[in-house]
Amino acid sequence: MLQVSLYRYNPETDQEPWTQEVEFDSGGKDLMVLDVMEQIKAQDPTLAFRRSCREGVCGSDGVNINGKNGLACITALSETVRDNKLVIRPLPGLPVVRDLVVDMSMFYDQYEKVEPYLQNSSAPPAIERLQSPEERAKLDGLYECILCACCSTSCPSFWWNPDRFIGPAGLLQSYRFLADSRDTATEQRLSKLDDPYSVFRCHGIQNCVGVCPKGLNPTKAIGHIRNLLLERAI
Amino acid sequence: MGSIRTISFDGVIVGGGGAGMRAALQLAQSGFKTAVITKVFPTRSHTVSAQGGITCAIASDDPNDDWRWHMYDTVKGSDYIGDQDAIEYMCSVGPEAVYELEHMGMPFSRTEEGRIYQRPFGGQSKNFGEGGQAARTCAAADRTGHALLHTLYQGNMKNNTVFFNEWYATDIVKNADGAVVGVIAICMETGETVYVKSRATVFATGGAGRIYASTTNAHINTGDGVGMSLRAGFPVQDIEMWQFHPTGIHGAGVLVTEGCRGEGGYLINKDGERFMERYAPNAKDLAGRDVVARSMVKEILEGRGCGPDGDHVLLKLDHLGEDVLLSRLPGICELSETFAHVDPTKEPVPVVPTCHYMMGGIPTNVNGQALTLDAQGNDQIIPGFYAVGEVACVSVHGANRLGGNSLLDLVVFGRASGLFIENALRDGIVMRDASDSDIEQGMSRLDKLNNSTGGENVAGLKKELQNIMQNHFGVFRNAEFMQQGIEKLAELRSRIDNAELSDKSQAYNTARIEALELHNLFEVAEATAITAEERKESRGAHARDDYQERDDENWLCHSLYSPGDKQVAKRAVNFEPKTVDTFAPKARVY
Repeated sequence: MLQVSLYRYNPETDQEPWTQEVEFDSGGKDLMVLDVMEQIKAQDPTLAFRRSCREGVCGSDGVNINGKNGLACITALSETVRDNKLVIRPLPGLPVVRDLVVDMSMFYDQYEKVEPYLQNSSAPPAIERLQSPEERAKLDGLYECILCACCSTSCPSFWWNPDRFIGPAGLLQSYRFLADSRDTATEQRLSKLDDPYSVFRCHGIQNCVGVCPKGLNPTKAIGHIRNLLLERAI
Repeated sequence: MGSIRTISFDGVIVGGGGAGMRAALQLAQSGFKTAVITKVFPTRSHTVSAQGGITCAIASDDPNDDWRWHMYDTVKGSDYIGDQDAIEYMCSVGPEAVYELEHMGMPFSRTEEGRIYQRPFGGQSKNFGEGGQAARTCAAADRTGHALLHTLYQGNMKNNTVFFNEWYATDIVKNADGAVVGVIAICMETGETVYVKSRATVFATGGAGRIYASTTNAHINTGDGVGMSLRAGFPVQDIEMWQFHPTGIHGAGVLVTEGCRGEGGYLINKDGERFMERYAPNAKDLAGRDVVARSMVKEILEGRGCGPDGDHVLLKLDHLGEDVLLSRLPGICELSETFAHVDPTKEPVPVVPTCHYMMGGIPTNVNGQALTLDAQGNDQIIPGFYAVGEVACVSVHGANRLGGNSLLDLVVFGRASGLFIENALRDGIVMRDASDSDIEQGMSRLDKLNNSTGGENVAGLKKELQNIMQNHFGVFRNAEFMQQGIEKLAELRSRIDNAELSDKSQAYNTARIEALELHNLFEVAEATAITAEERKESRGAHARDDYQERDDENWLCHSLYSPGDKQVAKRAVNFEPKTVDTFAPKARVY
C-alpha cells in the first residue's frame, strides 16, 4: 500500500493546515500522481485541487510532489515514489486558498508586468508578417511555457520578492518577445526591466530549470536579458 | 433564498477558450463593457490541447490554393449536413482571421519563404477533389492550440478585457419575454453567487467529451453550455454527431494529432499491414476521421488488432526520421513517452478511436445568434443569446468535422459574434429586466443542490453515465443497444438529480462544481442518446449496423432535440451559399 500524505486546509473549518494520511492501493499500476488524487477525491470529495487537460499542456495541476514541484498529471508514481511514500503539498510560497489550491495572483501579476504580447509599431501587412525559420527557431524553448508556476514557486528569489522580482516564468516570456523578430518594442521592454529587482534578483540557483515540466530553461533566458541590459548600459 | 448581488455588463462571454477569447477581444476593442466568465484560468481551457493546426486557404504551401476548395472539402466532410452559407463564411473569412492571429504574435512554424507553414490533413483536396492531397493546415509545430490560446489571452490582456477567472456559470436567466438576460455564476474562491446581467450573453463553453469513459477531452469538458441551454428550454442540433478521433493513445485517451499522418505516418494492424489502403484507396490514412475510425474498429473486431488483447492498432512514425519528428511533432514525442512509454522515433504508438469532438450543439446563424423553431417550424432568434465554438452548431461540421477546422471555427465565429454584438449594442438593445422570480428560477438548481441530503456520490454516478455512453453510443450503433442505453439513462436521471453535495462549504468547493457539471453531462448524454436512436441512417460519425446507408430522402437534414417533450424534429440544411454554386450531395468516397 502506498502511503499518501496530503496537505489539507479549509479556511472555513480548519484553524490551521493539517496532513491527511491515506493508504492507497494502486493495484500495481504505474499511475500518474493526478490519478491517485482523483481516486482519493472520489472517496473524499472535500479534497480540492485544480486539474484540466491531464496531459501536461494546460498547467493547472502544479503541486509539490515529494518535495519537488511538478505537474501531477505527467508525474508517474515510478518517478517520484521512494520508500512507498507520496507527499503532496501545494506549490510553495503562494498563499493557500484551500488544500492544494494556491492563490496565483502574484504569479500572474508578474507575468502581466512584462507585457507579454507582440508590440510592433508598423501597420500589419495584408498577409502575415514574414519570419524566417531561423528567426522563428529563436522562440523555441520560450513560447511553450504553460504558466504552471512550478518554476517561480521553486525560486528562493521569488519567495523573498514576489512583488518585485519578475521570476523565471515571467522573464522567460519577457525574453520570448525580446527574441521575436516581429517585435519592435525592445527598448521599452528593457527600460521597464532595468532596476535592481525585476531581473537582477536571479542568482542563478537554477531550481526553475530543474522543475520545469516542459524542459524549458528560464535561467538561460534570464542570462540573455541580463546581457541585453548590460549592453544597453554601456 | 435571499437576494443576490447583481453585476452588469453590455456583453458577457461564458468560457475563456479560443472562441470566447476571440469574441471577447472583439468586444473589448469596441469599448463596450465586456466580461469573460471562465471556470478555469483562460490558458487552462481545452483549446490548449489542440495540436495539428488551423486549416485555412492562406495559399502559403500552394500559391494557387482557393478557399472554395476548402469549402468543398468541408461540405463533403460534413456528409452534406453542414450549412453551406456558414461553411462559405468560415472558409472565405478564414484567411483574414488567421492573419490577425499572426499579427497578434502567434508563433506559427515557417516556410523557407518566411510564410506560415501548412501541413496536409485528412479530407483535404485541391481543385474540388480532383487535384490530389492539399496541405492547408497552418501549424505551430504540434502545439497550435497552445500557441493560439496564449496569443488570444495576451491579446485580451493588451486590450484590458475583464476576466472573472474561476467563476462558474450555473444557469441562464430568462426574462418574461423569454429573452436571455444573463447567467447565475459562482465565484469559486469565495463561493459567492451572483446574477451577471448582460444585454448579450455569449456561450463559448466548449464540448462535452467527458460524457464518454474514454475521451481526448480535458476533465473540464462537461457540456455546461448545452446543459444550461437545455434546462432553459432551448433545443440542441445534431447532438448525435460525436467525432471519434482515430488516434487516441491506447489506455490513456490522450490525443495524437492527425498531423502525424499528415507528415507521413500511417496506421498498421497486427500483421504490419497498412490497412487504410483497403478502405480508402486514394486518401488512405488521410481519409475523413469517421472513415478512418470505423476502419480501425473493423480491423480490431476482425481479429487484426494489436497487443495481447488485440484491442488497438499502431501508428507508425519512425520512418519519418528523428529530425522531422523532433521539429514538426515534438509534443507527440513527449506524450508518447509519457503515456505509452514509447519512443516514436523507434517504435509505433498504440492508438484507438477515442471520443474527441461534439459536432452538434446550440443551433446558431453565422452571427452566433442562437436559434429555436417557432410553432410553424421556422427559425426564430432567441433574443440576447449567442453561442460560438464547439458548443455551437452553426453548422460548419455537419456529421463529421475535418481536422483543423475546429480552431478555424473558433476564431471565425468568435470574431463574427463579437462584430455582430458590437453593432447591435451600437444600434441599441432593449430588453426587459429580469424579475426576482426570473432570477430565482435561474437559482433553483443550485439551491436544490445546496440543500441536498442523502443522495448518491457524484463520482460514482459520473462513472456510470460515462460507461453507458461508451458501451451503447460508440463508433457503431444499433437500435437494440441504443434503446437499452436510453433505458439505463432514464433510470439514472433521478439518481443524478438527487446526487448529494455533502460538503456545503464555500471556499473553492470543487465538489459543488463537479456535482453541477454532472447535471450538465447528463443533459448532453440524454439528448445524444435519444437523437442517435431517432436518426435512422448512417451519416458521417453516426454509423448504424441496422441502417448502414445514408438516407438523403429522409435525413438530409439537421436533427433538433427539444428538452421539454424530448422529441426530435428536423431542421433544413442550408444549401444556398451566397457567392458560389451549391455543392450537391454525392457519394462520399476517399
